[in-house]
Amino acid sequence: MSPGVPQLIIILVYLSLLLMLGLFSSRLFRGTREDYQVASGSIGPFLLLMSMFGTTMTAFALVGSSGEAFREGIGVYGMLASSSGIIHSLCFFLIGVKVWKFARRNGYTTQIEFFRDRLDSDFIGLLLFPVLVGLVVPYLLIGVISGGAVIQAMTAGLAPNIEMFEVLKPDQTIDRALSGGVPPALGSLLICVVVLIYVFFGGMRGTTWANTFQTLVFMILGIITFYVIAGKLGGQDSLWENMRTLSEALPEEKSTRADMSKTKFFTYLLVPLSVGMFPHLFQHWMTAKNANTFKLPVVAHPIFIMIVWVPCVLVGVWAVAAYGSPELRPPGPPLPSNANTILPFLVKTQTGQVLGGFLAAGILAAIMSSLDSQFLCIGTIFSNDVVTHYLGKERVSDRQQVLLTRLFIIAIVAVTYLLSLGNLRSVFALGVWCFSGFSALFPIVVAALYWRGLTAAGAISGVFGAIISWCILFYHGTKVPLSEGGLSEFVLHLPIGGESYEIMPVVAMVASSLFTMVLVSWVTPKPKPETLAKFFT
Amino acid sequence: MILHQDNWFWTDDTLVFGFMPIGLFWHACLSIAASVTWFLATKIAWPIDDETVKQLAVSPSEPDHAARHESPSEVS
Repeated sequence: MSPGVPQLIIILVYLSLLLMLGLFSSRLFRGTREDYQVASGSIGPFLLLMSMFGTTMTAFALVGSSGEAFREGIGVYGMLASSSGIIHSLCFFLIGVKVWKFARRNGYTTQIEFFRDRLDSDFIGLLLFPVLVGLVVPYLLIGVISGGAVIQAMTAGLAPNIEMFEVLKPDQTIDRALSGGVPPALGSLLICVVVLIYVFFGGMRGTTWANTFQTLVFMILGIITFYVIAGKLGGQDSLWENMRTLSEALPEEKSTRADMSKTKFFTYLLVPLSVGMFPHLFQHWMTAKNANTFKLPVVAHPIFIMIVWVPCVLVGVWAVAAYGSPELRPPGPPLPSNANTILPFLVKTQTGQVLGGFLAAGILAAIMSSLDSQFLCIGTIFSNDVVTHYLGKERVSDRQQVLLTRLFIIAIVAVTYLLSLGNLRSVFALGVWCFSGFSALFPIVVAALYWRGLTAAGAISGVFGAIISWCILFYHGTKVPLSEGGLSEFVLHLPIGGESYEIMPVVAMVASSLFTMVLVSWVTPKPKPETLAKFFT
Repeated sequence: MILHQDNWFWTDDTLVFGFMPIGLFWHACLSIAASVTWFLATKIAWPIDDETVKQLAVSPSEPDHAARHESPSEVS
């Protein structure tokens, strides 16, 4: 069989299964807006756990984790993963459960509905709408572009001749690792169409089912991939011997955090706070059958992160050991220069085409399990917070709201796809900046839930504090030369006692939002007693 | 937070079980410890009492709420 064919067949079978699942779930659709947007609040603990985990884990969990471990060593697990395990569950516990309670009592579906009611302000909705959509769109683009790139890399060599779908390297020679694969524009289109169909027909129920299926797929395939690669890399007789040999050959800077800044590691803890303000996660919270449904996701989330990340981090650092030592170096081509292609490279060189196809399906699963929720969420925000809110609920029937949500989903999928066709490779550097932007809004949601003194003016000022600090820091980030890592490597330097400490820009954003919000809330009129009574009794 | 900032293992290259760098092993254990902590939190400090859970199972703001929760087609 020619190269790329088994991978393409597995990818197509996987996408067909997803479509069937989405279409089947649509048979349970009850025709109401609430059912379409939040599955009528009928989701139980297991489905909530899987859908929330799938939504928060992107392709980065599989591909980026091994790539980052290859570059930075084992420290990336503590910085990116164990911190997320702690903070994500904290957000589900402190914010998710409480927000769910108010939403169930007052009938909210989106964050904006909650904030408008809590702060008794229409303007907060108008302000949050572009901010939330603006922060989600780059996140969507990363998923759509990654999906196309994965399909192309995994089906390379599929075309009957090398000139067809050829890809050139910067030095104008043919890149054989990518040439002949399904073109990225076509791969991205395929991903968009599949996600669109199951979200369009299945709504939140279809999305939750698909997320659960996809989360199971990428978790299981991640473990299988680890087992097969670890069994081969190192060249010893057994898996155990391979693991010992590879770890003993690790350079010190990869097996420790000798090269990692302690203050950067510490301040990175603020980045996972972003899940407290993800609009798509908020909508998933609204699907919970009851408050106790949250218990399983709160408890199991850190363990699930460990199950996915630890094997990927080990594979990433072992690649350094295997290819850095002449005795252990496997036969075949040298390692690629792009760290993010380490895992696909190892799968291609150390395993067969079939596992390559399955891994591609696993990576696509991780990508699509975030994309679907985001598309549905943006469609819901447009429908509920813009059209229905300003036209008046009495003038838009339930069925019309479902139709509007579906039409907006089509529109946002089309816009995202068209944007992805531009030369937007730099959008990947925006990932951590999007997360930081959501983290900067975190103090506002916490105050809305726990502080009676929060005023509308205070919250609005806090949002402006977040936006302005984000823009200023982003501007400075764009000044970092690409040779020094560019936007994604931008850090602040805090001088204390003659020493300079690296801190993540998110610290300044959160501080700016927090101080502005508290200060303005103190000096502006307090909320009406009847408004407070709805939330603090 | 203190356990997460494990400065004591920062430059330690000991291999646990002969293959797991101790910095990674510590944080994997921390993930398990986080789950245990959250398990205890759900038992001891769950933010919604059983009375409110029951009350919200039939929300007054949604007329079809009661019917919805009796529907046989509920998932999971």
